[in-house]
Amino acid sequence: MIQIPALRWGKPYTSLETDPVVHFDTGEELARVSLANAGLIQRDMKKAQRARDVLREIPTAELIEMVKKAADLYMTAELPLGDGTQTPDDFVKYQSATTGLPEHMCRANMEKNHFVLTRMDEVLDALTRGLDLSIFGRGYGTEARGVPLSYQAQAPVLGLVLPSNSPGVHTLWMPVIPLQIGLVFKPGPQEPWTPYRMSEAFFQAGIPRETISIYPGAGEIGAAVLAHCSRSMIFGGTPTVERYEGNPKVQVHGPGFSKILLGDDIVDDWEKYLDVMVDSVLVNSGRSCISCSGIWASRHTEEIAEAVAARLAPVAPLPPDDDQSALAAFTVPGVAEAISNEIDHHLNESGSVDVTARHRGDGEPRWVPRERCDYLRPTVLHCDSPERWLANKEYMFPFVSVVSCPQEKMIGSIGSTLVASAITEDPGFKRQLIDAVHIDRLNIGPVPTIRLNWLQPHEGSIIDFLYRARAYQEG
Amino acid sequence: MEENVANAKTNLDAHVRDIVGWHFNPETGTPFWLDYAKTLDFDPRSDIAGFDDLRKFPLFEDEWLRGGPLRRWVPKAFQDRPLFVFETGGTTGIPKSRVAVEDFRIDYELFSETLPEASFPKGANWLMLGPSGPRRLRLAVEHLAQHRGGICFCLDLDPRWVIKLINKGWTDHLEAYKNHVIDQAVTLLGAGHDIKALFATPKLLESLALRLEDEGTSLKEAGIVGIFSGGTEFTPQWTRFAVEELLDGIFITPTYGNTLMGLAASRPVGPHDGYKITYHAPQPRAVVEVVDPDDGRTVVDYGATGRVRLTTLTKEFFVPGFLERDEGEREAPYASYPWDGVSGVRPFQKLAASTTVGVY
Repeated sequence: MIQIPALRWGKPYTSLETDPVVHFDTGEELARVSLANAGLIQRDMKKAQRARDVLREIPTAELIEMVKKAADLYMTAELPLGDGTQTPDDFVKYQSATTGLPEHMCRANMEKNHFVLTRMDEVLDALTRGLDLSIFGRGYGTEARGVPLSYQAQAPVLGLVLPSNSPGVHTLWMPVIPLQIGLVFKPGPQEPWTPYRMSEAFFQAGIPRETISIYPGAGEIGAAVLAHCSRSMIFGGTPTVERYEGNPKVQVHGPGFSKILLGDDIVDDWEKYLDVMVDSVLVNSGRSCISCSGIWASRHTEEIAEAVAARLAPVAPLPPDDDQSALAAFTVPGVAEAISNEIDHHLNESGSVDVTARHRGDGEPRWVPRERCDYLRPTVLHCDSPERWLANKEYMFPFVSVVSCPQEKMIGSIGSTLVASAITEDPGFKRQLIDAVHIDRLNIGPVPTIRLNWLQPHEGSIIDFLYRARAYQEG
Repeated sequence: MEENVANAKTNLDAHVRDIVGWHFNPETGTPFWLDYAKTLDFDPRSDIAGFDDLRKFPLFEDEWLRGGPLRRWVPKAFQDRPLFVFETGGTTGIPKSRVAVEDFRIDYELFSETLPEASFPKGANWLMLGPSGPRRLRLAVEHLAQHRGGICFCLDLDPRWVIKLINKGWTDHLEAYKNHVIDQAVTLLGAGHDIKALFATPKLLESLALRLEDEGTSLKEAGIVGIFSGGTEFTPQWTRFAVEELLDGIFITPTYGNTLMGLAASRPVGPHDGYKITYHAPQPRAVVEVVDPDDGRTVVDYGATGRVRLTTLTKEFFVPGFLERDEGEREAPYASYPWDGVSGVRPFQKLAASTTVGVY
């Protein structure tokens, strides 16, 4: 069993309090993680400026090269982890064992992280619109067309309160070190693996150790990170979003309520887009804010729901090391049952039907309890109106509501939507979609909601979050 | 050690007979207990021969302490004495009240005997960085300072408002209120009062130390030489952090107590024992046991986890077994305290979800 210390500006700190990280299926204790206390973070954050100072001594171009090297180390090397080491295969097994994600999905997430890191120069070039990156370290400079400009870092480090169940989110913080800003992690209790492995890859690639801290712990540790970092990202549910919404210090990432919208001009050909719909719901076991939880159309919605349900209903739990495994396990006791009960409770209301139920057949319920974990089988609902309680819900498994809604009421009814894939060629509808401020990422055409272009911002640009454009003049 | 343990048990049994005889005597007794005795199928004065016999009583329900008339809790022998009333809880609804005459003074004078002179010099002035208002702790710490020949400087801290801020999720207000409290402490420490000893809860102690660090000084430079602290946040890791990073060699002694019981002192804490914190009640005036949480009566094995059960045995107040909102591990008798102790005290897990731990 591995003992994993906290990291205080790169220095290991073994706490007197530790938390076990347990295999969801076997109950085996895989690691013990040192737990930080809040005062320790407050004290360490007094030295946060040191992280930025150290990074500013390294030219951005060199940092980008280090990050690219770290990408390969992360993907292929046996790296130190606590009092042991970890191979890439171990990483995949451990991450699967504690998050419940099938191993092939963990491997896919690794590849996604590797992809973003190895293209960091392109990512930063896109996010900064071609800015000379040395301006971020120096604080001022001149654009190629001769215009003076200045960017001021709003924090020496970025705090990250990370989730347990979604290893896909890590790409969001990867540009931070090359932007000469340090990292302060509060890992999810069941997913300490990525912050530790990525940090170790960074260190081995030449990133100074004193630029990264990792503080495992419970809720008060997340609160301490948010309280003492001037800029933080937090991942959570709707209550978390509501709590931090409007707080300029915190970028909050919650449920995406991502959707596919079928325009009236193409909806009669809906069968052509069935693969896009199924992939958007099922990929990564539906466990992403970019997973599709709503398919909206003005007609054919019952047929669409039937067709999607026919494809998804047979999907059943498989062992986590099976490459065909499409469902992630729920590793926190009671969560899957509660979700399933909530859905059933609201299905008692008129207008919402679980179409997958009849495809699964008798004796095959949605909730599949196991000895130490649970699964939820894919669930496709038909809602006859956006007014139904289940019409705009998101859960951490392949769940989608196919909603009947006139096109002219669609944009006004979908609510906050992280990814909207609108399949339409109607110029008027496209214009309305482009103008809809409650849609973050907009795909026009048959693009699965889960297909991201890494050269585009996600829920706001990280550049704008970490740096403020301001006036700067010299006399 | 065995002999000391046996003697302590003998003393405890004699003390139990004395206290039960007092509270259930129609001449001296407590109105509540005299009434309560009528509902019992045994006679406490004849059937309680020692501590183990207290199991004959049903568990004490602290809900009985809500509301008046308060004099039902005052032994007849004390009805003409000046009375204090101390409250606990009360963020919403009626708080629980305990009447006191001298108990808080006696408890803290006994505790005073456990304090090392070098760290809590006689005549030293104190800062009480804890709750104000109708709290036992505020007067008790002041008495402790006075008993040791010093003056106690206090500040305003309303713990009920703190709990409300936490429950409402008003973190900005909570931070502002904490700063308001620490501002008062920093002002007092810098006002030439020659304060050497400090009572503080762990969270406030941490905040004060970090504030002083921000200001380029420290508790040690401010003149503090001894700290007495208490609360369930007093974990080994926190203690180690405080000792290694905040206190710069200042002596700190953890304590465990509440309005019903008094004050349990700890064994010496430090790296020699992994900063393990073990408390022993001030027997025979109070007894702490670690019991099976399901029945609330059966003492668990040494080292095993259970719920804290406390018994208070003073002439002012009788509590024949009350289940605290804490759990911990049962510890063996110790040289200075030849009776059971409890370590690893933390909120009882089955209640933890509904318990709010404030800044104090």
